[in-house]
Amino acid sequence: MNFLAIGAIYKFEMARFFRTLLQSFVSPVLSTSLYFVVFGAAIGSRIQEVEGVSYGAFIVPGLIMLSVMTQAISAASFGIYFPKFIGTIFELLSAPVTFFEIVIGYVGAAATKALFIGTVILATAALFVDLEIQYPLAMVAFLLMTCISFSLFGFIIGIWAQSFEQLQLVPLLIVTPLVFLGGSFYSISMLPPVWQTITLFNPVVYLVSGFRWSFFGQADVSIGFSLFAIAAFTAICLFLVWRIFKTGYRIRS
Amino acid sequence: MLHTEVRELKLPDTPSPGMRVKSGDTMPAIVEVNDLRKTYSGGFEALKGVSLTIQAGEILALLGPNGAGKTTLISTLCGITQPSSGSAIVGGHDIQKDFREARRLIGLVPQEVALEPFEKVINTVRFSRGLFGKPRNDALIERILRQLTLWDKRDAQIKELSGGMKRRVLIAKALCHEPRVLFLDEPTAGVDVELRRDMWQIVEELRQDGVTIILTTHYIEEAEAIADRVAVINGGEILLVEQKAALMKQLGRKVLRIDLTTAVQAVPEALAGYDLELSADGTSLTYTYDTRAERTGITRLLQDLAGAGLSLRDIQTKESSLEEIFVGLVKEGAA
Ligand SMILES: Nc1ncnc2c1ncn2[C@@H]1O[C@H](COP(=O)(O)OP(=O)(O)OP(=O)(O)O)[C@@H](O)[C@H]1O
Ligand SMILES: [Mg+2]
Repeated sequence: MNFLAIGAIYKFEMARFFRTLLQSFVSPVLSTSLYFVVFGAAIGSRIQEVEGVSYGAFIVPGLIMLSVMTQAISAASFGIYFPKFIGTIFELLSAPVTFFEIVIGYVGAAATKALFIGTVILATAALFVDLEIQYPLAMVAFLLMTCISFSLFGFIIGIWAQSFEQLQLVPLLIVTPLVFLGGSFYSISMLPPVWQTITLFNPVVYLVSGFRWSFFGQADVSIGFSLFAIAAFTAICLFLVWRIFKTGYRIRS
Repeated sequence: MLHTEVRELKLPDTPSPGMRVKSGDTMPAIVEVNDLRKTYSGGFEALKGVSLTIQAGEILALLGPNGAGKTTLISTLCGITQPSSGSAIVGGHDIQKDFREARRLIGLVPQEVALEPFEKVINTVRFSRGLFGKPRNDALIERILRQLTLWDKRDAQIKELSGGMKRRVLIAKALCHEPRVLFLDEPTAGVDVELRRDMWQIVEELRQDGVTIILTTHYIEEAEAIADRVAVINGGEILLVEQKAALMKQLGRKVLRIDLTTAVQAVPEALAGYDLELSADGTSLTYTYDTRAERTGITRLLQDLAGAGLSLRDIQTKESSLEEIFVGLVKEGAA
């Protein structure tokens, strides 16, 4: 294991993050506040409670998940796409590093950024609503797994993308709708039965549900399913990364 | 057919006196390329079975026209592109099976300038060192940056640098992990005279440290000035590999210039058998001859000149440059 190389990649990527720290900090704070204003105040005045939790608190786990997923994807996909785009990837390809080490460096940095943003949102949310976390360890574990698996997913997108448009395509067309329809802002028990069934095909439902369970002790689907879903998603991403490595797909001609 | 003819000219690989060897008489091969082929995904065969042995500590100039396959060869050896078939060994390590060990030894200055625009100079250099698995060494990096006159710019972002400075950063990045084999892919393209001289200086110092250097260039004077051996590649094939001095001797044409005391109107009849050219003002004749030929014809020419009643004021000979040799070779190869 070339730990120095992993460290070098990680540091280099984190430096990019720190260069735009203010932006990285302000935008989640602002968007969280806006969500609270729009969803919390406007909708929350009609829906007082969901499953015994105040609506404002109820949406917090979903909000965190939404940002963590999109940030993990965008950080990791951009992180590896940019060197491809400007040509500095030559250095990674000619360095004595394995593809696995490259993945750890990039995914580790993207996951760290996502984790930072998730934490900022949690802190911001705590200013608006009373929050009690019933299973803090499970909460941290879910958060970490989401950060890592979605960073892996973002890394795959970054390898696959051949233009900035493509880079935005998957997050915009697939991830955002799945997250919005994944019960981030409502409990799926509030949906008509047909939609409840359809929703169960949305993997994000399991993540949000599991994450929410760690806060309030209640879930839309059983926690075992949630764990299985995130493990399966991580496994699929790892498999794809391994395939990319084997075939040199879109990186090594 | 010409290829084989050219290959026959190859001398046995004996070290030239110009080459410095650290110890012993025989130089170990540090890079061995064996029937390396590369077909790009579009079906284009950029390397058609390249075999090449590079000795430790030598400076090899890889010459060839645009699209010859120089960059492809370098990229394949460095791991940026995958060979379609064949193999290569660097420092005893197979570039595919033992890629980690092989690549540790290799530094690359690519042809295209590619750098993270928003990062500071010193950080990108540190990054390269870390990426190659070497612990931080600020003293070494300072020395390299000073040598490349980048020290004052160490805290500048890459995007604030001029083109030549960016190229220096690339060189610094390649040197900072102390490679034993350095590939310089047109390091002096678009670079001012000063940097070019600095580059040569650096190459010389690296050579003294025993670093093997493979450089491509379109400036043949450069190859002539710094290389020990020259390889000519065209259309994905190595046309020849030769000690520079021997190459010049073997393939060299010499030009004999004869200055006359009195101008003549035309080349005298008696000298019609020689391929002489008369200068416009009629005061000098040039005679081109092949140093490889058994008889250069100089003695007879000089006798015949005297016989024709011409008196000589001065004679000079000039050796042809590598460039002329190289252009001749590539033309022959294309014919
Ligand atoms: N990624 C690629 N895909 C397809 N063909 C390629 C690719 N890269 C290079 N080639 C082709 O391979 C051939 C050799 O290219 P290469 O870059 O090795 O030439 P070169 O000798 O370095 O030329 P130059 O002096 O212009 O740098 C060219 O015909 C080029 O078009
Ligand atoms: Mg080239």
